[in-house]
Amino acid sequence: MSAVTTGSALQAPSSLPGRRALGLVLILATLAVAALFSAAFGANPLSLGEVWRVLGHRDASEAAHVVWTIRLPRTLLGILVGAAFGVAGALIQAMTRNPLADPGILGVTAGAGFAVTLGVGFFSAATVGGYLWFAFIGAALATVLVYLIGSAGRGSASPVTLVLAGVALTAVLNGISTFLTLIDEETFRAVRNWGLGSIARTELDDTLTVAPFLAVGLLIALGLSGALNSIALGDDLAASLGTKVQRTRVLGIVAVTLLAGGATALTGGIGFVGLMVPHVVRWFTGPDQRWIMIYSALAAPALVLAADVLGRVIARPGEVEVGIVTAVIGAPVLIALVRRRTASGL
Amino acid sequence: MSVDFGYRTAPLRLPWFSARLNVRLLVVSGVLFTLATGLALVSLPLGDFPLTLQEVLAALTGGGKRFHRTIVLEWRLPISLAALVFGALLGIGGAIFQSLTRNPLGSPDVIGFDAGAYTAVVITILVLGPGAWSVSTAALVGGIATAFVVYLLAYRGGVQGFRLIIVGIAVSWMLGSVNAYLITRAKIEDAMTVGFWNAGTITRVAWPTMVPALAVAAVIVLAAVLLAPALRRLELGDDSAVTLGTRPGPARLGLIVAGVATVAVVTAAAGPIAFVALAAPQLARRLTRSPGVSLLASAGMGAVLLTGSHLLSLLIAQAYRPVPVGLITVCLGGCYLIGLLIRETRGRYGALT
Repeated sequence: MSAVTTGSALQAPSSLPGRRALGLVLILATLAVAALFSAAFGANPLSLGEVWRVLGHRDASEAAHVVWTIRLPRTLLGILVGAAFGVAGALIQAMTRNPLADPGILGVTAGAGFAVTLGVGFFSAATVGGYLWFAFIGAALATVLVYLIGSAGRGSASPVTLVLAGVALTAVLNGISTFLTLIDEETFRAVRNWGLGSIARTELDDTLTVAPFLAVGLLIALGLSGALNSIALGDDLAASLGTKVQRTRVLGIVAVTLLAGGATALTGGIGFVGLMVPHVVRWFTGPDQRWIMIYSALAAPALVLAADVLGRVIARPGEVEVGIVTAVIGAPVLIALVRRRTASGL
Repeated sequence: MSVDFGYRTAPLRLPWFSARLNVRLLVVSGVLFTLATGLALVSLPLGDFPLTLQEVLAALTGGGKRFHRTIVLEWRLPISLAALVFGALLGIGGAIFQSLTRNPLGSPDVIGFDAGAYTAVVITILVLGPGAWSVSTAALVGGIATAFVVYLLAYRGGVQGFRLIIVGIAVSWMLGSVNAYLITRAKIEDAMTVGFWNAGTITRVAWPTMVPALAVAAVIVLAAVLLAPALRRLELGDDSAVTLGTRPGPARLGLIVAGVATVAVVTAAAGPIAFVALAAPQLARRLTRSPGVSLLASAGMGAVLLTGSHLLSLLIAQAYRPVPVGLITVCLGGCYLIGLLIRETRGRYGALT
């Protein structure tokens, strides 16, 4: 990423603000189109004009009912969890200085999922409100564990080490979850659908219950982004620049927990969004974390909504869950990232 | 030929035979195999119908009650034998892959073999219905095809361990979500059948599936013994291997086939048994204090790990519920891997990747 910015800075010094403006326009346009499509497509397709009409005027027609009670809550949820996963990804990438980091890959989602399975199996949690606290605890423990692995040495851990730690953690947690679901058919039934990463089944009330937690997480992340810029230079240099490194890291873990845990409780975990979005966004913003956070918060919802719409279109009359679509899109992106020549020196 | 591979050896000279023996390696391997056999024996009395060790020994030697002989010889012996043999095979396979990729993490479960096998099995069970032979074939084909694709995707003027691992993780992740999608669309019985298969269990093993597996295992072990010197020379680099009289291309191909075969046999018979192939060679290397992984000690360590996990699963079954042995190896192996990573970031051992 630094190669991109230094290269362009040499050729055209004034291009970065222009590129940022262009990026903002593109991202907002994509988000608007995706949101409109999300309101229009589905088992009962509506024309865009009709959607536009009932959005302005909520009448008693069937279209208005579909749009206002089913599709708009779903779109709102997509925007919220998209922003949460996108910013959580950008935050983890900045904190670990690891371009391959993502809440799903590093095991944070698996931690939340494991805790929810425990909650369903042993404490009869049945609602998102019940899932939420389990998801927070699981996400927090997984984040702290991954972070401890990453910071056990003197320098920062290599990207592969962190990814592998996440994979190992995911394997262990999923193994125990599998055992818990296989011994009890009720748990199996409840969790197998939940774990896929869907924004279709969540109720509006549940979304509103979790929304404050996500909002706090987003605010913390935005507030930290300046400090993360200096942390990118290394802990010692950041401290000499006046950044409180430990406080930043603790707050960062809190923010990741709120964002990834809350969004996982709502959806079951949407993978690779937090991986892909910051990389795309960086092309517009350059390496400044303040811009990356804001742009990720806008671009990730567009990706989630687009993937969700795609999932509704390709499997008509059924649906493919958004988490599956993002995994199928995201895995090739990850492969492309490690195939790049520069990635070997990450 | 006398090449110093960095192993401490003691010369053995007999009138008709002379060799240089790595005493520590031989002793450690002997201890490991003895321990594994002991664990397999101890697991025989355990089960829904508890027997005493005397009754088991009597049944094994052809005496005892007829019913006891049925239980021990027909039901439990193939399972304990499977734990022993499959563990050894996984150890050999892991050692081959780790040596070829020169990476402690280059094990078949990391590079996508398990995920591919699982996808093929899910599709087979959901489309054709459960059947032992179709499931085994699907596991083989899916696993090998996925490993091949991962290798190709990671290839860019040579395969770096780093790239191979991340590509393997990405492909596994993608296949995993496709599997999850297929499972939610399936009937709950089919879905749970698939779930049990993926947990990896050796309790389904019986003589009709064990006999062909043993035959293949014998061939694999023979191939591994023949190819072991080539493996050691390839560790020195291709050029050195050529000067020592090994052709790298054919030798490497043979080793890959043998390595894939070990995992394929186990996966086909028992489902994915994760992390034994990953952990066994490294644990064995630390015990033997050898510079590279050793096939013999890895096989012994793999056998110990799987028989130990099997025994543990039987003990848990007595106290609580039956646990598939694959879940135990996942938990133990995953924790081992996390510990390995923490040690690596502390910088005590050389970089993993």
